[in-house]
Amino acid sequence: MMELLTKEKIREIIAKRAAKEFKEGDFVTLGIGLPTEVTKYVPDSMNIMFQSENGLLGVGKNQDKNNIDLRITNAGGGYVQTIPGACFYDSQMAFILMRGGHIDATVLGALQVDEEGNLANWSVPDKFTPGMGGAMDLVVGAKKVIVVMEHTSKGQVKIVKKCTLPLTAAHEVNLIITEKCVFRVIPPLNDEPGRLLLEEINPMFTIDDIRRTTEADFIISDNLKEMEI
Amino acid sequence: MAKIVSVKEAISLIKDGTTIMIGGFLSCGAPDKLIDGLIENNAKNLTMISNDTSTPGCDKGKLIVNRQIKKLITSHVGTNPETGKQMTAGEIEVELTPMGTLMERIRAKGAGLGGVLTPTGVGTVIEKGKKTVDIDGKKFIFEKPLGADFALIYGTKADKYGNVAYFGTTRNCNTVMATAANTVIVQADEVVDNLDPNEVIIPGIFVDYIVESKAGG
Repeated sequence: MMELLTKEKIREIIAKRAAKEFKEGDFVTLGIGLPTEVTKYVPDSMNIMFQSENGLLGVGKNQDKNNIDLRITNAGGGYVQTIPGACFYDSQMAFILMRGGHIDATVLGALQVDEEGNLANWSVPDKFTPGMGGAMDLVVGAKKVIVVMEHTSKGQVKIVKKCTLPLTAAHEVNLIITEKCVFRVIPPLNDEPGRLLLEEINPMFTIDDIRRTTEADFIISDNLKEMEI
Repeated sequence: MAKIVSVKEAISLIKDGTTIMIGGFLSCGAPDKLIDGLIENNAKNLTMISNDTSTPGCDKGKLIVNRQIKKLITSHVGTNPETGKQMTAGEIEVELTPMGTLMERIRAKGAGLGGVLTPTGVGTVIEKGKKTVDIDGKKFIFEKPLGADFALIYGTKADKYGNVAYFGTTRNCNTVMATAANTVIVQADEVVDNLDPNEVIIPGIFVDYIVESKAGG
């Protein structure tokens, strides 16, 4: 089945689905890479303010290459414009927004995510680790943490029973979106461990396909829907 | 009150083995001319506290390439392969800290606090070896204040009283760093007699030396 989907199509399916998680008026912080592609699928009519941890709420398009102002950047160092309603602030304020529970949603990539909503996305032992940057603060603070990633990586399972890689944060993931399906994380409660709930499935795949490529246990929603692809 | 000096005069104060904070998020808002002065001064065995190590040919990145940094406290080094190389070879000691925690540790120092309690890093390697505190059923990590001998920061505009104003995203960690070092040196694109008080982002009380030198170019 896998070979039917190009890398490009996989990214499109995931980004398109993630964009549906935003509500009118949301303040959103995106990780780099695939999460950034989510902006392509947010309808123009929808007012979303994207936040950049270097101190900008209301990130706009890239600046015109022929007329760059080096003093306005995003967290990746790209030169950006601002949208109406935007504001600048310092790093301390940026993390008051991010850690303090003021950001409605964040979309991030993952190396591993597990059935208790633990996320590993910053470090692989014995490999050079570039650092966590603002990811740990963001994941702890954002109201909704959405993980977007390919279901597996080079055949390696990424949705596991328990993360073996160093964690970014414990029990913070709310939703996992891959090209095959959408899982909601039901957080641990008292003695009940956390669990994954399969809410949507790409019609190109069967539940058995999902089981074969997911190490974590999951339950199937009574309301299981088809993902739009 | 702040003194207006040259890059050379300001940087000559920095000796081997001191701890310096340097502002900027990558190259945006980095005091590049002060850093060039520090390259020339060639003080060694420095401890650098910075958001990142930029890229090898730019601002903070140059200090890594010139091997002036013995210890680095930062949140991300991924944009500078030279930092990675020195880390892997054990030539530089690197303490990776979540960005928000780094900023709050610096703020604690500047604000005279004994530390910070943060939920960031709970259940991760960041918690290892640190005190934790339970507040109303939620776990927090205790993080210590972090200060420096010198802070090298950027400002878009400064006045002769040491007040600093910013354009765009250049303020980033410059503001908090200005509060937490014994000696604060500002590189400003432009120095004016006095700023409109409404414009001031860093109050002049924190600033010791001002250098007028335009960033970039």
